[in-house]
Amino acid sequence: MMHLTRHPLSIADLLAEVQSSERGGTCVFLGTVRNDADITSIDYSAYEAMADEEIERILAETHERWPEGRVTLQHRLGLIPAGDASIAIAAAAPHREQAFASCRYVIEEVKKRLPIWKKELHADGTATWVDPSGQPVVEGLRDR
Amino acid sequence: MAKVSVRFFARYAELAGCDWSAITVSTPATVNDVIARVREVFPGTQAIPSRPLAALNHRHVKLDASVNEGDEVALLPPFSGG
Repeated sequence: MMHLTRHPLSIADLLAEVQSSERGGTCVFLGTVRNDADITSIDYSAYEAMADEEIERILAETHERWPEGRVTLQHRLGLIPAGDASIAIAAAAPHREQAFASCRYVIEEVKKRLPIWKKELHADGTATWVDPSGQPVVEGLRDR
Repeated sequence: MAKVSVRFFARYAELAGCDWSAITVSTPATVNDVIARVREVFPGTQAIPSRPLAALNHRHVKLDASVNEGDEVALLPPFSGG
């Protein structure tokens, strides 16, 4: 499974990668585009080669920390409408504590380390780059 | 002299006016030296913070990391994925 995709995310595909009869706890995290401030969609872009490698590093670290568990993720790129998921993480482990902890570890590392950026598109046709604190950094006309 | 590829993304690509360039720097050189040269060649990038996030060959690095012929340096705006 590709970790970066331009298509809607499939939770079923993620679950199929991590679930097994030995793993009794499964946790799914979805990050979804909110419709704050008349946002109609968000355009996600990435340094794809690096993001792919960084995801592999994060998942390898997760496996070292929770060797009995399995975790995977997909991040969607391109134009994503409000209400659709931009990231999905599935974590399965023998017990729920490891499943929750490993899922939490992955989303926190993704936020800190993945070279991915979002540009919010508003109903009035303007577009805004977003910084990690959620504050707009540049405003301009929608470029697509 | 070393020729390196420089990649720009998101807002930084808008400031640079391109998303890729080849830059030549005197050796020995660091990521910081590459950034200094970028600021000369692409005046719009002077709006980039003085110490931006950077990657070297797809890995996060500090700005004093050494660069060599053929390396790929990326200047990275603050991340907002997830």
